[in-house]
Amino acid sequence: MGRQDIVAEIPRLRRYARALTGDAVRADDLVQDTLERALGKWALWRPGNLRAWLFSIMHNLFVNQARSLRLVDYPGDAALPDLPTRATQSDALELRDFARSLARLPEEQREVLLLVALEDLSYEDTAKILDVPVGTVMSRLSRGRERLRALLSGDEPAETPLKVVK
Amino acid sequence: MNTSPISEQELHAYADGRLDAGRRAEVEAWLHEHPQLRQAVAEWRLQGEALHRAFDPVLGEPVPARLTETVRISRRLPPLRLAAAVAWLAVGGVVGYAVRNYLPAAATPSSASLPRQAALAHAVFSPEVRHPVEVGAAEETHLVAWLSKRLGAELKPPRLSAQGFELVGGRLLPGEAGPVAQFMYQDARGQRLTLYVQRDAQDSRETAFRYARENGIGVFYWLDGRFGYALSGEMDKPDLLRIATAVYQQLNP
Repeated sequence: MGRQDIVAEIPRLRRYARALTGDAVRADDLVQDTLERALGKWALWRPGNLRAWLFSIMHNLFVNQARSLRLVDYPGDAALPDLPTRATQSDALELRDFARSLARLPEEQREVLLLVALEDLSYEDTAKILDVPVGTVMSRLSRGRERLRALLSGDEPAETPLKVVK
Repeated sequence: MNTSPISEQELHAYADGRLDAGRRAEVEAWLHEHPQLRQAVAEWRLQGEALHRAFDPVLGEPVPARLTETVRISRRLPPLRLAAAVAWLAVGGVVGYAVRNYLPAAATPSSASLPRQAALAHAVFSPEVRHPVEVGAAEETHLVAWLSKRLGAELKPPRLSAQGFELVGGRLLPGEAGPVAQFMYQDARGQRLTLYVQRDAQDSRETAFRYARENGIGVFYWLDGRFGYALSGEMDKPDLLRIATAVYQQLNP
């Protein structure tokens, strides 16, 4: 395993980061941070499962960044997610709605949903990446799917990122 | 047969295709009697499809140079060796896939992707210190015979000594429409050029010189009869054009 194996993972890391952050620039920043961190650790330890290892590094960076972003400025769901799609216009609109709903899932649910349904990782690998028990993965998956369904069907009342105090 | 109760966890595993065949059949039968949950499972699957439709195109986007550079420049890894070909396959495969699927149908694959494929191959192999080529210039006769045989036409690497570049050697690469030959040249300062030659799948035709820049790599490319040529180098456009002209003249005496 070497550099070229890491390079080969970049497209998948970019896809996951784009879906996770909804922002093309932030996603590539996250990928770059992940690569730098991975190369730094590489000298000490060669992972058995390179892909899962890279995803776990990205997860840790994402969680830390999301925490600090929330303290400062979080765009909330008003910002349109960046979509890479070049599909037809109606499809693009539909997918944009979808991406916006996805962005409104709590991060921990979004991560599980993406690792399982987009990256097709096993529940066990997902649990390792997120450093939680498999049972937690399953309950987040369940809540995430239900929440996304509600958001897409409009059952979910529109929430503003800021709580209005009356 | 008595089916053990089906947990919600198993429904997700069913939706994700993670159950073995026996249990899958049991869940299927059970869902048949529970239309509401069947509907839920169908929606979960649609969510997965939407995720792929929305984000799979990222896989086909060119990887920003800053990301590949991060990996390439880092000194923390041992030197890149033979397996660079694997990276080439992975990157080329992804880009090739993307070009086929996401470019408008009007773009002809062979000419549209020629500069990109050539620049990718240049980026992968020109930094190589130990294995820049498969067959070195010392075995030029063998190199020419081998690449000519694989491309099914007589190839002859141009001489660029007058421009200050000597042949380092060549290698065979997988291209979209079959094998591709890459010749590498180097000047006294160690600067490298690659000439990428592919059989054109289209009918014979000729094009003017075209120029593209891919991630900091300049590429002059043209189609000439059955071949597509691309000359790549990290140098200024006028310098590259001077050499591309010399290449063209030698190929068309």
